[in-house]
Amino acid sequence: MLPYVIRRILGAIPTLLVIISLAFFMMRIAPGGPFDANRRLPPEIEHNIKAAYNLDKPIPQQFLIYVGRLAHGDFGPSYKNKDFSVGELIEEGLPVSAKLGLSAIVLAILFGTCLGVVAALHQNKGTDYGVMAIAMFGITIPTFVTAPILTLIFGVYGLSVFGYDISLPVGGWNDGAIRNMILPVIVLALPQIAIISRLVRGSMIEVLHSNYIRTARAKGLPNRVVLVRHALRAGLLPLVSYLGPAVAALITGSLVVEQIFGLPGIGRYFIQGALNRDYTMVMGVVIFYAAFIILLNLVADVLYRVLDPRVSFD
Amino acid sequence: MVMPFTIDADKEQIMERALDVRGRSLWVDARRRLIANKAAVISMIVLGIVALMAIFAPMLSPYAYDSIDYNVVSCSPDWWPDATVMCNAGGAHWFGTDAIGRDLFVRTLYGARVSLAVGLLASFVSLFIGVTYGATAGFIGGRIDELMMRFVDVLYSLPFIFFVIILMVVFNRNFFLLFLAIGAVEWLTMARIVRGQTLSLRNKEFIEAARASGASTQSIIARHIIPNVVGPVIVYVTLTIPAVILAESFLSFLGLGIQEPLTSWGVLIYEGANQMEVAPWMLVFPALFMSLTLFCLNFIGDGLRDALDPKDR
Repeated sequence: MLPYVIRRILGAIPTLLVIISLAFFMMRIAPGGPFDANRRLPPEIEHNIKAAYNLDKPIPQQFLIYVGRLAHGDFGPSYKNKDFSVGELIEEGLPVSAKLGLSAIVLAILFGTCLGVVAALHQNKGTDYGVMAIAMFGITIPTFVTAPILTLIFGVYGLSVFGYDISLPVGGWNDGAIRNMILPVIVLALPQIAIISRLVRGSMIEVLHSNYIRTARAKGLPNRVVLVRHALRAGLLPLVSYLGPAVAALITGSLVVEQIFGLPGIGRYFIQGALNRDYTMVMGVVIFYAAFIILLNLVADVLYRVLDPRVSFD
Repeated sequence: MVMPFTIDADKEQIMERALDVRGRSLWVDARRRLIANKAAVISMIVLGIVALMAIFAPMLSPYAYDSIDYNVVSCSPDWWPDATVMCNAGGAHWFGTDAIGRDLFVRTLYGARVSLAVGLLASFVSLFIGVTYGATAGFIGGRIDELMMRFVDVLYSLPFIFFVIILMVVFNRNFFLLFLAIGAVEWLTMARIVRGQTLSLRNKEFIEAARASGASTQSIIARHIIPNVVGPVIVYVTLTIPAVILAESFLSFLGLGIQEPLTSWGVLIYEGANQMEVAPWMLVFPALFMSLTLFCLNFIGDGLRDALDPKDR
């Protein structure tokens, strides 16, 4: 196992380098520098600013400096938020984004698995079609439609059930209060619930038709044991390899969700950076997230091999 | 010397009977299965209507998509059920007006134009790159194939929408570049599908059988390989189009897509979301059109997959 992990980590380094250089050079060929303000600066000041940000050096050297700093975990200064470094901004947004994403993925796995298993157990019956229709809905309707519409229903119009007001705040973080988190987390989780339920349904149907389940039934095990101890273990395996793509999708979704609900996470800094042409900020977030996704794919692969005895570590 | 005669007669009879049986091609079969699929047929009709409305948008309404009328700012349509709204647009503003008094019906249809056009063009870009790349890898095989697919694996692990965002930042929201960039993102799966098909087809028994019965390489490619590759490719293209529309709307929603006064569904939904407390129609109609279109495209894609995949027969 250890050689496999080491080999995979070594394999991830070139991928990361590709990402860094791609992001770096795309930013550098951009027309217009980050300091092209409306007010023209005196040439000496402009020169000093450029020197301070190493922009006066040749591009290959800039690249080496940037990579060297990255190796020490330094993403460089933010071009627009003058007193902050990119690292500080990411650090500030990370708890919010992490809490949001983690809650969403837990919710998605929980509900997605339940729906998928129920659908598989009632294959081609009403329940199955119902679940798959919901899944189709979740896959088709994008986050930036569900978010405002749910906000409209639960936030703006407000709902009351048996006299209890169950309306929710339309935005804001409020230090991560549960009421503020409900809508963003649901919106973020909905597409993943849909995809996971489809995934689990497919693999559960395949597993339930396999020989060893028939054997388990034939030797008289109760239905619950067959399901929980034998079928679920194999049926949930595809979920593990879906972990990487799921997190990537959640990160993409969080861009929209943080924007709509006004949450101070990384996604919002990223979008602000993109709109303000804050190159270091955009680059820093892309590299940070890419590294995170690569790491998660790695973890998922290793986990899959640990859980599935049919796959070896070669 | 009677035997050969009877055999000949039998043969003639068999040939005659064979001529009566008309062979059904893959495509005739697929079309029948597709037409039997109600969801797919309804989706095609609905999508056709949306597309026609988008094409003939300027003729369907007396208003231009960019004409501003400050007399009817954020006004509801005539028939809006909520009577507490600030003002009533009246006239031919069937969907009401937006925050600077432009007709929402026309703007929704112009959004459809942009979204559908981007969806089609970007899908063709991804089709072109994916098929070329995948077929090359599958055809050459060996080390080069391994290397090419390894590269696809690497790209797969990237949060690619981020790179599209960088592109839009760098090149200042160029419309042409927008669909080129999205297309360049969506080709990965296509390349995998085509490569897998090419590889597996090369060694299939029916290809061997065709070769054994003396079919020329040309006719094997034309009659066996291409139809078998085209099926999954068509299915994947129909599923790429909604993905591309989503990507474009996503960018537009974040303010990185198409620019004013032109619009797309993403932009309209963004504007609607900002105004939804006072003018919910600004959110509802574009969201409805977009969701409907995405549903249709997904149903058509699923229907095509069921129709073209011979394994599921």
